[in-house]
Amino acid sequence: MLIKAKLAGLAAGVSLLAMGSAQAVEIEYWQYVFDSRVQAMDQLIAAFQEANPDITVKHTTFPYADYQTRVVAAKVAGEGPDVVQLFYGWTDQFVKGGLIQPLDPEVFPYDAIEADFFPIVSAMKRGDSYYGLPTAVRSLALFYNKALFAEAGLEAPTNLDELLAAAEATTKRDGGGNIISAGITMDMAGQDHHWWREVLIRQNGGEPYDAEGNVAYDSESGAAALKFYTDLQTEQKVGQVGFMDEGQAAFRAGLAAMTIDGTFRLGAFEANPFEWGVVELPADANGMRSNYSSYFANAIGATAEGEELVAAQKFLQYISSPEAMEIWLDVVGELPARRDVALTKANLADPILGPFLKGLDYAHTTQFYDEAAQRQTAIDMVNRVLLEGQSIEDSITAAATAEQAIIDAGRQ
Amino acid sequence: MASVNAVPQARPVRFWDRLNIGTKRVIWAWAFLAVPIAFYAGIRFYPTFQAFWLSMTDWDLLSPPRFIGFANYQTMFADPVFWKVFNNTFLYLIIGTPVSLAISFLIAYYLDRVRFLHSFIRALYFLPFLTTAAAMGWVWRWFYQPVPIGVINGFLSTLGIAQQPFLRSVDQALISILIPAIWAGLGFQIIIFMAGLRAIPGTFYEAARIDGLGDWAILRKITVPLLKPTTVFLVVFSSIGFLRIFDQVYNMTSNDPGGPLNATKPLVLMIYQTAFSSYQMGYAAAQTVVLFTILLFVSLLQLYVLREKK
Repeated sequence: MLIKAKLAGLAAGVSLLAMGSAQAVEIEYWQYVFDSRVQAMDQLIAAFQEANPDITVKHTTFPYADYQTRVVAAKVAGEGPDVVQLFYGWTDQFVKGGLIQPLDPEVFPYDAIEADFFPIVSAMKRGDSYYGLPTAVRSLALFYNKALFAEAGLEAPTNLDELLAAAEATTKRDGGGNIISAGITMDMAGQDHHWWREVLIRQNGGEPYDAEGNVAYDSESGAAALKFYTDLQTEQKVGQVGFMDEGQAAFRAGLAAMTIDGTFRLGAFEANPFEWGVVELPADANGMRSNYSSYFANAIGATAEGEELVAAQKFLQYISSPEAMEIWLDVVGELPARRDVALTKANLADPILGPFLKGLDYAHTTQFYDEAAQRQTAIDMVNRVLLEGQSIEDSITAAATAEQAIIDAGRQ
Repeated sequence: MASVNAVPQARPVRFWDRLNIGTKRVIWAWAFLAVPIAFYAGIRFYPTFQAFWLSMTDWDLLSPPRFIGFANYQTMFADPVFWKVFNNTFLYLIIGTPVSLAISFLIAYYLDRVRFLHSFIRALYFLPFLTTAAAMGWVWRWFYQPVPIGVINGFLSTLGIAQQPFLRSVDQALISILIPAIWAGLGFQIIIFMAGLRAIPGTFYEAARIDGLGDWAILRKITVPLLKPTTVFLVVFSSIGFLRIFDQVYNMTSNDPGGPLNATKPLVLMIYQTAFSSYQMGYAAAQTVVLFTILLFVSLLQLYVLREKK
């Protein structure tokens, strides 16, 4: 509440400053196209404009595939957005390219940010400055098909041993031994590479990256984590990479008992013609849990100055306010980035949101330099083992070398 | 133009009127041609030369390009993935072009003789060419799935044959992508071949029959040689198509583009990923220069090999 009051005070202060200019200001907000996100933002903009009649926000969207290119092209043309959405993993590129500016600590007190937001917000910090604030965050959880579990007479798994047992019990095979309904989906191109990186490696006693951010999984722990994963296909035979084309497709079709996916999948799974549930990612034998969290943040464009900068700051304050986060949760289904908005009793008790929120508490956020390329190293690592019969150790060494090269190139 | 009986005026003759009709025509022709030439120079040639320059820089879209000499080319030639991709690109070409031409010629040759439902059959062959490559890629992608949804594997398993991994195999994936790519191009090639076959005067065949030549000899001595212009066109056209293959690969392997383990990745897909996923524009430009060189070389070589011997 105190924070709310502080924010309100700040907003009032900013509006006093802005009152000097009677002229209406127009600022531009950019994000990528995703139906529910666009709807939520339209609602937020309407509410913001009502409270600030002198500011108009122009909402511009681009297809996800072109999004970064468009932001960069606009910067080259000198017509960047005033407030722009970016994936936390793009921050380095955006800062290096001069696309966004640091948040003014006068307007966005850094200690308040650190106190109010989940700790993963630190991924937006470079040097002493914060470069953006998220409205919502995402985490992973284990989705399970209640019908298939009931058929096997099982409860949702809480640890990895139970996961294996449940996968075995729910896998269906035809006469030739081919899987016709998988126990668990295997899809490194989906969220599994995060599960492997930030969860399985840690549960095997290792760390994916060292303190300097260099690859640290070329170790016994990394190998054990990879073996656990590939064994699902080669030893336990409870899953198969490429089964039903994609993991999420298999789960949606009711042909996979479990899948690991993020909050952003909730909307797509809503229409599933069967009952499904969500539990936290399984713990290891010692009860240790981990999770991967990511988010899209909003930042202020480098070209915003004067009146537009003031308006952009006000808008950014509003879209990272508790009120905005609640709207975002309702419309998009993504978790609020502020602790007190997220961790309410009602949310924690929610059978769907609860497991994701609990995951946020112990989640890690990978510092990506080139997310697509780094994910590819994980996909290739698994493929070398499954398709070319390479040993776990050799494959993990090759993956570590390839990923370190991407990290080195990204730091230059 | 003044009428015939008008009094000629004494004013000096303008420059334009002094030109004869031939010169005027040439000037007009160039005036009209100037538009597409300017267009090509601005939209095609200038960016092409720009790409050569970019390939010597480290441009990443964000910071201004810095000249780095041949460093991109050194990186590329030292990269095993590049050679894998280079190899794939040529596999698409070397398998795709001859196979597709042989099949389409065979079909055109026999379809030419079919009178019954001729247009209908021809339309059937042409149909895949009208289909969007992306849609087709996705349909075939699902054909290739393992059981329970893959049609081909479902069929194999009812016959008691082991499942094939198709797109999930480093050995079968490239061929699996090539099959729909060839199939999609067949319709066009058949139509062109049939037009070529129809253009051969019937009198040649009559003369050959009177001289007692058999079908095989007629095919070898008359049909194939006289089809040469058609063949040259199709070889060049389809080679460029296979060297630039992208849609099928990208759509059939979109969750691991060009995979598994780069087994299906063609040069164009590598360029796309370098440029628009990793934003290494300079490096992507260097790869583009290589593709340009290959296309130029292959086209010139084919034109030379299949040239008209005088």
